[in-house]
Amino acid sequence: MVGFFILFFLFIGGAVDYLYFDAFTHTGPAFPIATILSLGMATLGTLTAYYGGSGIILGSIGAEKPDMQIPEHRELRNIVTEMALASGSVMPQVYVIYDPAPNALATGTNEKNAAICVTTGLLTLLDREETQGVVAHEMSHIRNEDIVLMTLVSILVGGIAILADWGQRGFYSTRSGRRMGRKSPLLFVPLLLLIALSPLFARILAMAVSRQREYLADATAAQYTRNPGGLARALEKIRDAGFPFQKASRGTAHLFFANPLRRRLDDREDGLANLLTTHPPINRRIMLLYQMAGIPQSLVQGSKVQTFKGANGPQ
Amino acid sequence: MIFVIWAIIFVLGIWLISTYNTLTALRLRVQNAWRQIDVQLKRRYDLIPNLVESVKGYMQHEQDTLQKVIDARSRAMASTGVKESAEAQGALTQSLGKVFALMENYPELKASKNDLDLQEELTTTENQIAFARQYYNDLVTQYNTKQQVFPSNMLAGFFKFQPSEFFSVPEAETAVPKVNLTLTR
Repeated sequence: MVGFFILFFLFIGGAVDYLYFDAFTHTGPAFPIATILSLGMATLGTLTAYYGGSGIILGSIGAEKPDMQIPEHRELRNIVTEMALASGSVMPQVYVIYDPAPNALATGTNEKNAAICVTTGLLTLLDREETQGVVAHEMSHIRNEDIVLMTLVSILVGGIAILADWGQRGFYSTRSGRRMGRKSPLLFVPLLLLIALSPLFARILAMAVSRQREYLADATAAQYTRNPGGLARALEKIRDAGFPFQKASRGTAHLFFANPLRRRLDDREDGLANLLTTHPPINRRIMLLYQMAGIPQSLVQGSKVQTFKGANGPQ
Repeated sequence: MIFVIWAIIFVLGIWLISTYNTLTALRLRVQNAWRQIDVQLKRRYDLIPNLVESVKGYMQHEQDTLQKVIDARSRAMASTGVKESAEAQGALTQSLGKVFALMENYPELKASKNDLDLQEELTTTENQIAFARQYYNDLVTQYNTKQQVFPSNMLAGFFKFQPSEFFSVPEAETAVPKVNLTLTR
């Protein structure tokens, strides 16, 4: 999937270079300038965020150190300790966000600066087993190095956005317009279209990668807790709570446990929803977890998987 | 021709080094995971006197059961080696489980705040032991498998890698689910 992404990036870069700088021909420069330049710019931008690190993200969503006087916070710290043991990793830092929306996220680029963040809404809504499932899911993101992967993906998305921007500007300037004339229109018309649409394709690809990692984290969480039912029940409760998380943005949405920018689209399971969301449909995640637990879907009480209409809240 | 021979030797060398390193790394991780279990077990030893102290007042009629916990604790502390300590720990977990079950009969015990804190401590300690053990056993499975499958078994035999022992759970304990004493919200 990520390999496909890199190929897509190189193709778009090549197309821009071919159309505007005459690369790959006798008269043009010897190497694809636009591709290298845009990759460099995107890398610079993303790496600043990467090394500024989890601090910036944690600050932007209002994460605070847990207060050990509060029993629920102590319980959270204990659960994180348990999951660190189950995954055989170093204990990550623990943060809470004072917000009624039940959600959680993991940040950090390696085991040493990893952090797990949970909202107080999640702690009040879920019981111990369910919280354990959520923390295990976040722990899996750290262990599977999803944060590093998503950083790479956002470099590529950024690079494609820059390329498309250049492509569109160049088209209106007459000088490049003349150059265009020497090339076969059969070749450059589809290429131009592709460049214009490439930011959209890039987003779709990025979201596909994000969804894949969510399924993987669910499965790894089940392996850590040996209790897929806990995570499944947590997802059910979060689905029915239906609180949007106000402090999340498009840039941080993919880090969260359940999609914080919740729209109707996220609960649908058709083709469009499959293309445009950072998280897989919550009902499908629940169903897969119950399958892991060996419980047939029809026996699960209060299950709304068969009737999608009711998926937005209690009926 | 001579080039082909060198290529084969080169590939074999790479395989040899990487397999040996994988096996050694696994052995170290198994040892480390074992120490992790040890840390958690010590935590439990420290908590048990607290538990007994705080429930003694309420559970006048269960002195026998409490005494059994204390005995099991000292036996477990004295045990050495994977197999022996696994058995002693199993007995301790079982006797603790009995106390937890009996605590259900004392509503005033469940209501007091100190004991709620203590219960969370005990819950997490039991879970931490269970998870540390689970991780250890997963690693042992990985390590032993690597030693037995072809072709890494030839290397493991030559360098005398020994299979590790599982921290196995006695029959009676497997029936008991992980402890959860916290009140459902």
